[in-house]
Amino acid sequence: MAIQDAVKASEPAKSSLIYDPRFRSIFFQVLIVGLLVFAIWWIVGNTIENLRRSNIPTGFEFLRGRAGFDISDRLIAYSSDSTYGRAILVGLWNTVLVAVCGIVTATIIGFMVGIARLSHNWLIRKIATVYIEIFRNIPPLLVIFFWYLGVLSILPAPRDSIVLPFGSYLNSRGFYFPKFVWGEGAWLVVAGLIIGIGLSWFVARRARARQMATGQQFPVFWTSVALIIGFPLLGFAVAGFPLTLDFPKAGTFNLTGGFNVKPEFLSLYLALSFYTAAFIAEIVRAGILGVSKGQGEAAASLGLRSGQALRLVIIPQAMRIIVPPLTSQYLNLTKNSSLAVAIGYPDLYAIGGTILNQTGQAIEIVAIFMVIYLGISLLTSGFMNWFNAKMALKER
Amino acid sequence: MKNTLKVVLGAAALGLMASVASAGTLEDVKAKGFVQCGVNTALAGFSAPDDKGNWTGLDVDFCRAVAAAIFGDGNKVKFTPLSAKDRFTALQSGEVDLLSRNTTWTIQRDTALGLNFAGVTYYDGQGFMVNAKKLPGVNSALQLSGASVCVQSGTTTELNLADYFKANNLEYNPVVFEKVEEANAAYDSGRCDAYTTDQSGLYAIRLTLAAPDDHVVLPEIISKEPLGPSVRQGDDKWFDIVKWTYYALLTAEELGITQANVDEMKNSASPEIKRVLGVEAETKIGTDLGLDNDWVVKIVKATGNYGEIFERNVGSGSPLKIARGLNGLWTKGGLQYAMPIR
Repeated sequence: MAIQDAVKASEPAKSSLIYDPRFRSIFFQVLIVGLLVFAIWWIVGNTIENLRRSNIPTGFEFLRGRAGFDISDRLIAYSSDSTYGRAILVGLWNTVLVAVCGIVTATIIGFMVGIARLSHNWLIRKIATVYIEIFRNIPPLLVIFFWYLGVLSILPAPRDSIVLPFGSYLNSRGFYFPKFVWGEGAWLVVAGLIIGIGLSWFVARRARARQMATGQQFPVFWTSVALIIGFPLLGFAVAGFPLTLDFPKAGTFNLTGGFNVKPEFLSLYLALSFYTAAFIAEIVRAGILGVSKGQGEAAASLGLRSGQALRLVIIPQAMRIIVPPLTSQYLNLTKNSSLAVAIGYPDLYAIGGTILNQTGQAIEIVAIFMVIYLGISLLTSGFMNWFNAKMALKER
Repeated sequence: MKNTLKVVLGAAALGLMASVASAGTLEDVKAKGFVQCGVNTALAGFSAPDDKGNWTGLDVDFCRAVAAAIFGDGNKVKFTPLSAKDRFTALQSGEVDLLSRNTTWTIQRDTALGLNFAGVTYYDGQGFMVNAKKLPGVNSALQLSGASVCVQSGTTTELNLADYFKANNLEYNPVVFEKVEEANAAYDSGRCDAYTTDQSGLYAIRLTLAAPDDHVVLPEIISKEPLGPSVRQGDDKWFDIVKWTYYALLTAEELGITQANVDEMKNSASPEIKRVLGVEAETKIGTDLGLDNDWVVKIVKATGNYGEIFERNVGSGSPLKIARGLNGLWTKGGLQYAMPIR
């Protein structure tokens, strides 16, 4: 203390301010905040001035105007009489749909390929490597075009559709399959499903408690399958089989009736899944290799078979390494879905672009894009952080 | 992603555009030495690069005419190929000085989008094209119920399509593309039963298909599509130059002034021709516009008159072979009518 005091006292009092790290850090922070505020103020002021000069109205009132254009793929009710705001919602749901489907499929393919890459079988290992190297090194847009122009557009015209089992068809307009039309009493099936799931959860809990207490195992998986399938079937029978199938039929131009998955959605979904799966596979492989070799050997010495060792010992530990980079891949997939615009899938970006062009509200639309994509990404990463915290090493 | 970038940059540019930049487009253009002109990415007859990479077409020639009026040289122009979706942002943000990209003149674009249309360089209407070989017996758009229709996004076409099918109680599936090339490829591959855009566009696109003769344009015209060049609102001087360049092209055709005879015409006895060509004594026919008095001479030397531009790009001198029809001079039963240059 005494020495420090002496040093301080010996410093020249005036010049100390610029050498004071505390003062310096505050000064530069204030300076940067000041510059930032000035830049924003200048940009906003300039924008408003320029818009006024060009007589372009500002604000979000345009969202209440009549859209006037049609959208073919939609999850919610929409017609050309709906508002621009509604059209944006249609686009948002289309983006969410393709992102969620893509994430699920990419995860499944990614895990399979990642594990295959570590297989002891030479052929499987090499196939997985080739798959990863091809898809990881091609831009996603090309993968989308590959599916759209290379695979789906060479399918036959609706007249010469490829006939698949169960009344399904495949042609250049997409994939058609029969639609379930539920009649009266269909709620019993849903109720059966809920009861089935609830009971399986209960059985699983009891089985685990029993195994912990006595070491006796119970076939939880098959019981659950029986419950989850059995109860809805029961409900179905009680209600008197209230289901009719709407089969696709040949119309003048396209097949009519049934359910139609359009080639735009299919190619975007397949492209995003296959593209992102290649990255996920590498993350999975790295995660598994990151678990120390001793864990596998310990599992083997306890008598676990290799499948059990992978499922019960290796993967749970690997997940701690896998989840954080997996989150970025999910975010990438969601953002890459905006490439849909190239093949005409009406996602948020494509519909927003159309509205931008019809109304000229560039700044508002871009702001909406930013807020929505940011919102989706924050939600995704929030969920993945929660999941990561759950998977994290719990020290007991 | 590139397009996202474009839109974001456009929006940012709208914000950053310094107030000095909008002082006078003519001064800016003169200072940089060329006109920046927004054109279509690829539409034969209107704006498309030829095999040597030179831009050609009716819309392109209009850009050249404006450049010639200012610089006396039709090549002092740079082209920015724009998709239907990017075009207005590009003009609003100042990325282009002039938009000459088969754009329909509507009240909404004229007002809410902050544009000023300088005239109608091509009177068009929306039509449909189908593959007659694959769909024999379809000879009217009213038979298209249940069809998949390829269309470009963000166009008046897309809106007219929705209106037409709704008004006639027909079902359809719109397949919407951002770029004309993508829509063409999808139609050609059989993704859609019908293709809809302006009729002139249909004829142009038909030429680029794998088997042009298999496709027919249906007789229905479902809308009015007056296509013309546009500029930003708020710069009347620049607007005047673009507007009067258009009238000059028409006037030259009315008076029989062509690329070949423009120099001879200067010696004409007709006071009207002399006035238009700026050889009248003490004339201010060009200087009032902020140009030289021989601006019409420069335009016609660079591109020819309206009739020559039309015939060369879309008329008898082109593969499109479109008749003058509505685009004939008013004296010959058409709608093209120039305000008097005096």
